[in-house]
Amino acid sequence: MGLKLQPSQQQQQHHSVAVKVNEQTGTKRGYTFIQANRAWLPKFLLLWVMVMAFLSTWIYKKMDADIKVRRKEVLSSMCDERARMLQDQFSVSVNHVHALAILISTFHYYKNPSAIDQETFAEYTARTAFERPLLSGVAYAERVVHSEREEFERQHGWTIKTMQREPSPVRDEYAPVILSQETVSYIESLDMMSGEEDRENILRARATGKAVLTNPFRLLGSHHLGVVLTFPVYKAKLPTRPTVEERIEATAGYLGGAFDVESLVENLLGQLAGNQAILVNVYDITNTSDHLIMYGHQNQNGDLALLYESKLDFGDPFRKHTMICRYHQKAPTSWTALTTAFLFFVICLLVGYILYGAAIHIVKVEDDFHEMQELKVRAEAADVAKSQFLATVSHEIRTPMNGILGMLALLLDTDLSSTQRDYAQTAKVCGKALITLINEVLDRAKIEAGKLEMETVPFDLRSILDDVLSLFSEKSRNKGVELAVFVSDKVPEMVMGDPGRFRQIITNLVGNSVKFTERGHIFVKVHLAENTKPVVDAKAETCLNGGSDEGVPISGAHQFKTLSGYEAADERNSWDSFKHLVSYEESQYGASVNMTVPGETSQSVTLMVSVEDTGIGIPLIAQDRVFMPFMQADSSTSRHYGGTGIGLSITKCLVELMGGHISFVSRPQVGSTFTFTADFGRCKKASFNDTKKSNTEDLPSSFRGLKAIVVDRKPVRAAVTRYHLKRLGILAEVAGSVKIAVSACGKNGSSCGSKIQPDIILVEKDLWLSGEDGGLSLRMLDWKPNGHVFKLPKMFLLATNITNAELEKAKAASFVDTVIMKPMRASMVAACLQQVLGIGNKRQAGKDAQNGSLRSLLCGKKILVVDDNMVNRRVAAGALKKFGAAVECAESGKVALKLLQIPHSFDACFMDIQMPEMDGFEATRQIRMMESQAHEQMNGGGIDKGLAGKGEWHVPILAMTADVIHATYDECLKCGMDGYVSKPFEEENLYQAVAKFFQV
Amino acid sequence: MDRNRLKHQVASMRSSLFDQGYLDEPFIQLEELQDDDNPNFVQEIVTLFYTDSARLIQNIEHALNSRRIDFDKLDDYMHQFKGSSSSIGAKKVTNECTVFREYCSAENAEGCIRSFQQVKQEYAILRRKLEVYLQMVRQAAVSRTT
Repeated sequence: MGLKLQPSQQQQQHHSVAVKVNEQTGTKRGYTFIQANRAWLPKFLLLWVMVMAFLSTWIYKKMDADIKVRRKEVLSSMCDERARMLQDQFSVSVNHVHALAILISTFHYYKNPSAIDQETFAEYTARTAFERPLLSGVAYAERVVHSEREEFERQHGWTIKTMQREPSPVRDEYAPVILSQETVSYIESLDMMSGEEDRENILRARATGKAVLTNPFRLLGSHHLGVVLTFPVYKAKLPTRPTVEERIEATAGYLGGAFDVESLVENLLGQLAGNQAILVNVYDITNTSDHLIMYGHQNQNGDLALLYESKLDFGDPFRKHTMICRYHQKAPTSWTALTTAFLFFVICLLVGYILYGAAIHIVKVEDDFHEMQELKVRAEAADVAKSQFLATVSHEIRTPMNGILGMLALLLDTDLSSTQRDYAQTAKVCGKALITLINEVLDRAKIEAGKLEMETVPFDLRSILDDVLSLFSEKSRNKGVELAVFVSDKVPEMVMGDPGRFRQIITNLVGNSVKFTERGHIFVKVHLAENTKPVVDAKAETCLNGGSDEGVPISGAHQFKTLSGYEAADERNSWDSFKHLVSYEESQYGASVNMTVPGETSQSVTLMVSVEDTGIGIPLIAQDRVFMPFMQADSSTSRHYGGTGIGLSITKCLVELMGGHISFVSRPQVGSTFTFTADFGRCKKASFNDTKKSNTEDLPSSFRGLKAIVVDRKPVRAAVTRYHLKRLGILAEVAGSVKIAVSACGKNGSSCGSKIQPDIILVEKDLWLSGEDGGLSLRMLDWKPNGHVFKLPKMFLLATNITNAELEKAKAASFVDTVIMKPMRASMVAACLQQVLGIGNKRQAGKDAQNGSLRSLLCGKKILVVDDNMVNRRVAAGALKKFGAAVECAESGKVALKLLQIPHSFDACFMDIQMPEMDGFEATRQIRMMESQAHEQMNGGGIDKGLAGKGEWHVPILAMTADVIHATYDECLKCGMDGYVSKPFEEENLYQAVAKFFQV
Repeated sequence: MDRNRLKHQVASMRSSLFDQGYLDEPFIQLEELQDDDNPNFVQEIVTLFYTDSARLIQNIEHALNSRRIDFDKLDDYMHQFKGSSSSIGAKKVTNECTVFREYCSAENAEGCIRSFQQVKQEYAILRRKLEVYLQMVRQAAVSRTT
C-alpha cells in the first residue's frame, strides 16, 4: 500500500510544484510590445488604412492643383503671345496707313497741281495692298466746309451724298470720299461725316492727330466684324506742339480703312501652334458696361472655368481692347495624379497588411513559444516525477529487501547444516543481486534527475580492478574463460576520482562480458589515453624471445595473438599493437625512473580503459541501441542471459560524468571490445600516503627484488603475468617455452651475466600440458647436481581451471609447488608466494569490524537526540548507547535549542526532521544562527572566558529521516546540517555519517 | 530439554510474527540493541510504544469525533503514530497508518474512520501477539538463568 501511495502523493506534490514554476515563469517572461497590444492590431491596421487613404487623396489634390496651375500658365502665355502678335500686325498696318496719309499730304496738297488722282491712288493702293493685308480697303475723304461745297461739287462733277446714298443735306462740314481703293470704290462721293460712327472718328482723329478706331461693326462688303481706322491728313506742317484748334484748322482730309478684324485674327491664329486647343475672343471694352465683341462667338461652350485676359493696345488711346482666351475643352481628369495616388494607396495598403500579417505572425509564434515553454516545463516536471517515482519505488523495494538480507545474515549466524547454509547463502546472494539491480535503477533515476555527483577522492585503480576481477573469478573459472587485467605503468598509482563509480563501470562491462562469453578470454586493459596510438618507431623487435612471428597453429586452428588465442573484435588489442605499448613503456620506464614522467605536472590524467571479450558479440542491427536503457539485443537475450539492459546506459552516463566517452567494436560470434576514456585528477604525493592506508589493501613488499621467469607462449598473457609480478616488485622475464627458460637458468652461472637467476618460474598450464614436461623434469634433475644453483627455483602453474586429476598429476610429478588460479591478482599471487616461499606474513589483520570502529568513534561522546516520537527517541538513544555514547534526549526542537545554548558539552546532535511546532530544519537554522552569534560575540567582545579556547562553535547536526530522496538531503545541507542518517539506524550508514566528524 | 523447547517455541513464534508480516526489520535492530547493559530494551521500547500509542489513539478518536474534523491535526497524530510503529517494526500497523494518512490528505472523513478501525484492529492484534511473545521470551530468559 505504502508502495502505491507515496509515489502518487509525490507526483501530486510535484505537479503542484510544476504549476508554481509555471506561474513564476508566466509572470517573469517578458511580453513584447506587439504581444501586449495584440487586441489593438486590427485597429492599428484600420487607422493605417484611413491615414493612407487621406494621404493619397491629398496627393491627388496637390498634383491636380499643380496641373491646373500649369494649364493656367500655358493659357496665359499663349494668350499673351497671341495678343502681342495681333497688336504687332495691327500696328504694322496702322503704320502703312500713316505712310499713306503722308503720301497724300505730300503729293496731293504740297504739289500743285495735285500729283494724285483717283486712278493713281487706286493703282498705288492696289499694288501696295500686300502691305496691308488686314485692311479691306483704304479711301481718302477731303474736308469740305459748307462754303466750299458748291465749288467742290462743281469741280468734281458730283454732289456729296450721305451714307444712304442720298444727296447730303446742308451741314457745316462734309467729308466726301475723293480717292478710294478699287475694293471700296463704292464709297466714293459719300460723306463720311454723315455716319455717326465715322463722324465721331473723324472728329477725334483730327483733334488728336493719331489713328483712331471705331466700334466694331459688320463691314459692308464681307459681313465680317471689323473696325474703321481713320487717320487725319494735314494741309500744312504743324508746329511741334500743336493745340487741338491748330490741328483742326490744319486738317485737309481723312484717310480711312476698314480693318477686317475677324480675318486678321483668324489668319494670325492659323499661324500659331496650339490653335486647336484654345479659343480666342477679342472685345472692345471702351464702354466698360457693354463689351463689344470684335472676334469670336459670344456664346461659346469652352471651358468657362478658366479664362485669361490680355490687354490689346491698337494705338488708339481712347479705345480699349482686350483678348480673352480659354481652352476649348474642359480640363481633362488628370490620370497621372489619379494613378499615382491610387498606386500610393495600394502600396501603403499592402505595406500595412504585410506589417499586420507580420505582427499577427509574431504574436502567433510567441504564443506557440510560450505554449512550448509551458509544455517543456511540464515535460521536465513529468520526467523528474518519473525519476522520483523510480527512486521511491526502488527505495520501497529496498527496505523489505534489507529485511530479507538481514534475516538471512542472522540465519547464517545460527547453527545450520551445510545444505541449509548453502540454501541460505544462495538466497542471500540472490537478494544482493536484487539490491544491486534496484541500486542500478536508482542510479539511473538519479542520473536522469541530474542528482548524481562524482566524488573526488584518491583511490588505487589497480586494486579496484583486482577487486572487480575477483568478483567474477568464480564465474569465469567455471566457464573456463580467462580473465585478466593489465594496467600500464604510466598510469599513476593513485588517481583522484570516484572509485565507487569507476568500479561500477568496470563491473558493468566485465559483468556483461562474463555473461556473454563462453570461451576465450576477457581482458581489461588500462593505459593513458595519449598512448593509444602505438609508437611507430618502436617497431624494432624487443627482447621478448620466443614470441613466434606468425600465429601458431595449434590443433589445426589458427591462433590469434590475443590473450587466449581466440580472435577478438578489435585488433588494437592484439599483440601487434600491444607489444609496442609494452615495449614503449619499458624503454620509458628504464630511462625515466628518477625523472619526472612527462605530463606529471598537469592536473588531470585521461585514462583509456578497454574491456575485450571473445563472446557472442552484438548483432549488427542492435549495435546502435546498445546504450539505450532497457534495450537488449533482442528479447531472447534476456531470456537466455537475464538482465534488464540498464547497465550499459548507466555506464555510458557515468563515463560521460567522468568526462569521457565510451565506444565499442563488436563482431557477432567473435566478440566485443568496449573502450572508454575517463578523466581523473592526479594525486598529490602528500595526500597519497594518508589515504593509501585507508583505501587500499597494501601489497606486501617482502617480494621486492625477487626474480622470476614466466613461461608462456602467448605474449599478451605473459605481459599480464609480468604486470602482476611487477606490482609485487618481482622482476620477470618471459620465455617462450620451458626449455628456453631452463637453458637461460642453466647458463646463468657460467657465461651470461645479464641473465637473471630466477627464484620463481611460472608456467602456463596449456604449455605444461602440451607435453614438454618430460623433458623439463629431466632438465630439472640435471640442475641439481650442477652445484651452481643455490636453491631450486619454485615452480608455479598458472591455470584458469584445473581438474583434480590434473592437479594430482602435477603434484605427483613434483613439478609444481602450487597452482595459481586465474584470474591473477597481485594480492592473490602474493598470498600464494607467501605460502610457498614462506616469507613472513606481514600483512596487517584486516580492519576491525565496523561495529568496533563505530564504537571507537562514538565511545565517550555526548550526543543529543531530538525526536518528538517517544519510541523513536528511545530506539535511537539505545542504538547510540550501544556504541558507547552518552545520550541525552530532547522531545522537540525548542528543548534542543535550550540544551544547545552555548556553552554546552554536546559533541553531536541527531535531529528528526518532521516534528510539530519546530521542525528539524528550523531548529537547525536557529542553532546555527545562535552559533554564529556566539562566534561574533567572541570575536567582537574579545575574551569570553571559556569560549575562546574552544574555537568555533559548530555542533555537527545529522538529520534522521526515513526517506532518502535526494531533495531531502539537499534541504538538510541547505539549512546547515552536516549530513543525514536513515532511520532506523543502519550501522554502515551511521558509520559513514559519523566518521566525518569524529576522528579516531 | 524444557529450556530448548521453550527456546524453540520462542524462535518459531518470532519467525511467524515476521512471516505473517506483523513485524519487520526495525524490530530485529531493537533486538540487536538489547544486550547485557540493556537487558530489557525490547520490553521497554514496546511498553513505551503502548503508552504512546494509547495516548495517540485516544487523541485521534477524539479528533475524529469532533464535529469539524481537523485533518491537519489528525495527520499530525497519525504521523507520530506511524513513526512509533515503524520504529518498532510494527509493519502491518504502519501500513494501515499509511492508508489512514492517505484518506486524511484526501480529507475523506468516512475513509479515515474506516481505516482508523483497521489501525486499531491491527494494533490490538499486534499488542496481543507481542505480549504473548515477550512473555515467552521472559520465560525463556528466566529458565536460562535458573
